[in-house]
Amino acid sequence: MTITLNHFSAALVFSLFASVVFGITHRETTRDMVRYGIYCFAMFLGGVFVAGWAMWVLRR
Amino acid sequence: MANSTTEKAKAVETTPVTLMSVLAPAVGWLIPGAGHMIQKRWIRGLLLFISIASLFLLGLGMQGRIYKANGGDILDILGFVGDVGAGAFYIITLAQDWGQGAIAFATADYGTKFMIVAGLLNFIAVADAYHIAIGKKQ
Repeated sequence: MTITLNHFSAALVFSLFASVVFGITHRETTRDMVRYGIYCFAMFLGGVFVAGWAMWVLRR
Repeated sequence: MANSTTEKAKAVETTPVTLMSVLAPAVGWLIPGAGHMIQKRWIRGLLLFISIASLFLLGLGMQGRIYKANGGDILDILGFVGDVGAGAFYIITLAQDWGQGAIAFATADYGTKFMIVAGLLNFIAVADAYHIAIGKKQ
């Protein structure tokens, strides 16, 4: 059985799980863990969009 | 100046070596999140297990390649170091001869990276479990 994810889905899944781990391991309280996890997720996804558009600009 | 150096030396010396400070990292490496669970951080441990296991299993499902111990180029060595961080998942994958990689699938490269990152994230989780065990973190 092969799982096929497109580029964006793979990035989304990666960002989600990495953010959960970062949130738990880098902060002390539950509230801070959740906030930091959401922040990391936003940064990951933001980076994906920025990198994507940067590659589009470079290709032009 | 001398006082701060002395205080730092004292702080390093007073970190106790307890059973939990050895057991939690060891168990946490073998089963992602278990190092937190044995210290009664159930939700954190469960979330860590789900995240790291999902990344690793997705990587396998995407036909990613698992690295074995090698003396090859630096990237192969780093791939091995990352993969071995996944603990039992890595051991079982090797034992079952899974993770052979499939050049034919474009997502196989993503799968390889997913498995490496799962192992690296587990190293972070192990360090966190250790810090909880020595009282450096709640």
